[in-house]
Amino acid sequence: MGNFEPRIVAFLCNWCAYAGADLAGVSRLQYPPNIRTVRVMCSGRVDPLFVLEAFKDGCDGVLVAG
Amino acid sequence: MISPKLVEVGRHINIELITCSEVKNLSGEPGNFEVSLVNHPRYIDPVKCTGCGECSRHCPVTAVNQYNMKLDDRRATYIEYAQAVPLAFAIDTDSCIGCGLCENMCVAKAIQYDDKERETSVKVGSVILSAGSKGYDPSGLDFIGYEYPNVVTSEEFERILSASGPYFGHLMRPLDREEPKSIAWLQCVGSRDTNRCGNGYCSSVCCMYAVKEAMIAKEHAHGELDCAVFNMDMRTFGKDYEKYYLRAKDKDGVRFVKARVHTIIEIPETGDLVVQYADESGMMKEETYNMVVLSVGLQIQPDTAQLAKLLGIELDKYNFAETNTFAPVATSRPGIYICGVLQGPKDIPGSITEASAAACLAGTELVEARGTDIPKVEVAEEIDVTGQEPRIGVFVCNCGINIGGIVDVPAVREYAGTLPYVAYTDENLFTCSQDTQEQIKEKIKEHKLNRVVVASCSPKTHEAMFMETLEACGINKYLFEMANIRNQNSWIHSKEPEIATKKAKDLVRMSVARAAALRTLKEKVVPINKQALVIGGGVAGMNAALSLGNQGFNTVLVEKEAELGGFSRKLHHTIEGDDIQAYLKKLGDEVTGHDAIEVLTKARISGFEGFKGNFSTEVTLGTDNEKRKIDHGIFIVATGAGEYPPKEYLYKEDERVVTQVELSDILEKKGTDGLDSVVMIQCVGSRNDENVECSRICCQNAVKNALDIKKRNPETQVYVLYRDIRTYGLLEDYYTEARKQGVIFIRFDQDAPPDVQPSSDGLLVTVKDHILQQNLEIRADLVALSAGMVAEDTEEMSGIMKLNRNPEGYFIEAHVKLRPVDMPSDGVFLCGTAHGPKLITETISQAQAAASRATTFLAKDSIKLSAITAKVDTDHCVKCLTCVRACPFGVPEFNTNEKLIEINEAICHGCGVCASVCPRQTIQLSFYEDDQIISKIDALLEAGGM
Repeated sequence: MGNFEPRIVAFLCNWCAYAGADLAGVSRLQYPPNIRTVRVMCSGRVDPLFVLEAFKDGCDGVLVAG
Repeated sequence: MISPKLVEVGRHINIELITCSEVKNLSGEPGNFEVSLVNHPRYIDPVKCTGCGECSRHCPVTAVNQYNMKLDDRRATYIEYAQAVPLAFAIDTDSCIGCGLCENMCVAKAIQYDDKERETSVKVGSVILSAGSKGYDPSGLDFIGYEYPNVVTSEEFERILSASGPYFGHLMRPLDREEPKSIAWLQCVGSRDTNRCGNGYCSSVCCMYAVKEAMIAKEHAHGELDCAVFNMDMRTFGKDYEKYYLRAKDKDGVRFVKARVHTIIEIPETGDLVVQYADESGMMKEETYNMVVLSVGLQIQPDTAQLAKLLGIELDKYNFAETNTFAPVATSRPGIYICGVLQGPKDIPGSITEASAAACLAGTELVEARGTDIPKVEVAEEIDVTGQEPRIGVFVCNCGINIGGIVDVPAVREYAGTLPYVAYTDENLFTCSQDTQEQIKEKIKEHKLNRVVVASCSPKTHEAMFMETLEACGINKYLFEMANIRNQNSWIHSKEPEIATKKAKDLVRMSVARAAALRTLKEKVVPINKQALVIGGGVAGMNAALSLGNQGFNTVLVEKEAELGGFSRKLHHTIEGDDIQAYLKKLGDEVTGHDAIEVLTKARISGFEGFKGNFSTEVTLGTDNEKRKIDHGIFIVATGAGEYPPKEYLYKEDERVVTQVELSDILEKKGTDGLDSVVMIQCVGSRNDENVECSRICCQNAVKNALDIKKRNPETQVYVLYRDIRTYGLLEDYYTEARKQGVIFIRFDQDAPPDVQPSSDGLLVTVKDHILQQNLEIRADLVALSAGMVAEDTEEMSGIMKLNRNPEGYFIEAHVKLRPVDMPSDGVFLCGTAHGPKLITETISQAQAAASRATTFLAKDSIKLSAITAKVDTDHCVKCLTCVRACPFGVPEFNTNEKLIEINEAICHGCGVCASVCPRQTIQLSFYEDDQIISKIDALLEAGGM
């Protein structure tokens, strides 16, 4: 597991979590590059199918933030 | 939280921002003012500056960061805070050494060292003054230890807690950057203090922010954190504030100590602070804390007072603007309106409400000129691209060196060219600059692009602008997608250029895939019915109707009683001494005599349908139940509240027990005859298990009646039994006056309420006194109960008109702070005591605010709806009603005639919850359809991805 680099898909709510991720950038906070963001209008838009799709495609983790 | 508001103001086509400027003179009259301005040099051209920040990063000069309350440094070339509007840097010439580095670094060529002070002028019809206040500077107080490093003001502590603050949101004390284990808040520093600082007023906001700071500090702390708030009275009087206070006290363990600290001494070895005070029984106490926060009050600054003088506006003894009880946002000079703390101490919801009220009155003055002096936007005719194969243009931004300095932009551009459907790629120094917008337009035409991807910063700030560029070329704005390779890439992986480049490619690939799946969307245009409906004919409803009528909008005012006036008909005068009945008479005459206002009395709402711009309400009139349909574009809810009918303290059993409203009636009719001793009991029907909320108005009501009694007969003894006296803002002066007049205030505990018994000689009131630690027996001729407020009629109304209520029965606003008079449904507004208990003067500004917000609809002929809405495929829908249950806004409905699920796009918020829960995927959220999201996931994770 030592070199394990997880691939994480993050579904972020446009109004809060996505804005927070933007602010992290503005504040120049540094965090690991294992996340790729998909912006949604509400975390409620995240259909369980999207989560399954991500796992089916081979990602290691899914983050839903909102 | 204010970021969206800043962006909206910055982008609004009808708002011109003039920054770094001061008013030098104001001449003219309402409708035709000329404002002379001094424009101070910024030394950086805000039009050219892209806000990339390279100038600041290379500036070698350190200056004190005033924004972070001097707790850290900034550069001489700086921007106050990251979300600032306009997003343009400035040079602080007091510290700049003129080295020229920033000029060399600025790729946008925005630096202009030779910028000069200029004088300009603008012509306006009305003026709104919102110059605000600052926190009180406690340096002059020698006993509270502000000279010690670990004693900070609440403003400084706000910055300490902020993620963008000096310690990045880590809870640390300034001396040694250690996390404190105990913090004490000292209330009323610079407020309620006529001895040391001369500010006799209550600043209204400090109790709430102290509770909030304590709660957030506890959240940020890694271990146990002891929080103690030293106060005279906890004034959590706003809507839902008491619940928050109770949560802090009972659930989160914040301690509230009734004491005013007299001395703070630092322990030099540790930097800890010894706090000395007398407790309630008079015993001297001493406690040690790691850190002390001074809850500083609101203070109007001398330069603001100077400005007010220059404008010819009268100020009171504390430098707040003089206003009339019944005209709270009008200053002494016609045509100049006021809002915010300069009007009087207040919190954010109050300030925003007043801002809208001031806008209402300022706009009323300009009714004739409405819409004549605003820019027009030309939109090109849309090119139909349906059926065309996607031709995607990808524009990769360097953002100066913000992206280009880390991400290999040419490589990302080249990579984009290899992706499916990409017909054109380009890289720009600043994709957002005006000349690049023109270039993009040319390239769209030249290469027949029908989709555009911009890889740059955040869609939160720039999507709308790029969409406008597409529209200008006749491309549907929904054929656009952004890849956020700055905020969420180059800035957070600035030390790993290779990884950042790889991530940028991934993000571009995802965006290209989604762009290919995007579809043309039409924004529906709905016409707006220009008639307004106001429900409730009290002070709130009448002011709302009058404000709308004065702006030229036909308004129907519906009142259930036979007469207008509402609860105010029972009141005599305000605490300031203004005659309420005379005001009601004048207001009622104005409303009934107004050409644009139709008043319907003895009317009740019996039916309702429609959505923003197009409502239809059925009203049942009079005793013969005649029905009438009213079509209207907006409506304002002003149904009011009433006095709580007490069950406590022998009310209705003994006629010598009355409410405060009844007492003022007695005083008005019979004076103080036979009243040698009057006892008032606070918090009757408020702040208890049945109604946890504070009723806001009862403390000032008691003080008002107590002063009235003392005025009529100084010999009458008046006792006020209270839990916390909440005479907020400038009302504090009346509380001080009451104590001067000899009114006796005795605090009691909720657990040990007073007892009222009839006796042979009047009534006998027993209460436990805190200082004496024993029961006091007071003989009273009359006991006045400060009965709280209860919401009225909201249950029936909320059912018919689908309006949300809180557990106390008051209607709920869309956002407590940002949208205090809007209701969650568009086109519906709220004012007066239907929103929560409040004073007449607050009710008036709220009513004007509601009318102002309504005007934003009524002033338009039509509105464009967002195309991001949910749509049902009715052929495949099985009518399981899952969407009906899941929608947080109650939008999907089952049409029983057609046997179909219907989603009205005019009221859909576009969250997409229904689309997610639909078990048969028959609901799609436009612009975020299943395939448009899945295409991104698939593109990301396709072979070798990420």
